[in-house]
Amino acid sequence: MAEQHLPERQSPLEPEYHPGSHGNFEHGVDVILSETRPGSILQLAAWPGEEKRLIEIIRKVTGLALPDGAGGGVSSGARAVFGFAPGKFTVVDEAEGLAQAFAGSITPAIGTLTDLSHGRTAIRIAGPKAEWVMAKFFAIDFTLPAFPLGAGRSTNHHDVFAQIQRTGADQFDIYVFRSFARSFWKALCHASEEVGYEVQ
Amino acid sequence: MLITCPYCGPRDVIEFTYQGDGNRERPQPASQNLDAWNAYVYDRLNPAGDHNEIWQHSGGCRAHLRVVRNTVTHEILSTAFARGGHKTEGRS
Ligand SMILES: [Zn+2]
Repeated sequence: MAEQHLPERQSPLEPEYHPGSHGNFEHGVDVILSETRPGSILQLAAWPGEEKRLIEIIRKVTGLALPDGAGGGVSSGARAVFGFAPGKFTVVDEAEGLAQAFAGSITPAIGTLTDLSHGRTAIRIAGPKAEWVMAKFFAIDFTLPAFPLGAGRSTNHHDVFAQIQRTGADQFDIYVFRSFARSFWKALCHASEEVGYEVQ
Repeated sequence: MLITCPYCGPRDVIEFTYQGDGNRERPQPASQNLDAWNAYVYDRLNPAGDHNEIWQHSGGCRAHLRVVRNTVTHEILSTAFARGGHKTEGRS
């Protein structure tokens, strides 16, 4: 197969992306913000009754086994998957081309695949005050027992729809619409000023 | 006011969109029964008390829900997926 030459993706955050320490960081940086820039962000949906088959396909293609229950998920570093709605899952890969890897396996009888790689921006917030800053944005419970490792949540911040996955005890990956990403990023930076933040 | 989405768990009402009275019965699209259409469009029980309603978790999982709400106290008595088939267990 001929090598694919894809255009280099430009970050919507670029004009407002300033690596370094900011805000009230004299006593240390309590939050680290970054853009993870995954190559693939997919939305998979199963028709009613086909969820188990879709979950099995996700396991075969990505090697990730979805735990039972609403909003369950798992991340392995390079790849991540989580439920965000009944029968619907977000699947993320550092590498491009994950949609092609699924091609053919999700038949029209099972469900659908939508490639959102260019439509979403992935922002990571990590550090001891990550829960604190997130709680200022979203009216959901971010404590570990209520929001376990790997789990996903669908919610929004002032009409900016967000999918959030917990990828560490004090780390969250936030997926927002690309068109809202810069505005959301600026708000997140402002909200992180009080605890001291570093952009990586 | 909190509404407990069967998928997402308890969420602020701001994440939901009211989709109307859940007692209405929509006639078949080809129906020419004018009384049935009139009832569907205009007739409302408008109770002071428990009321069947359709809501959408538009700012979350986007599922459509059957909600029983008390119109006097705003207490949410029950929530369920409007469509059957999905047996996903919600968070408490
Ligand atoms: Zn929901």
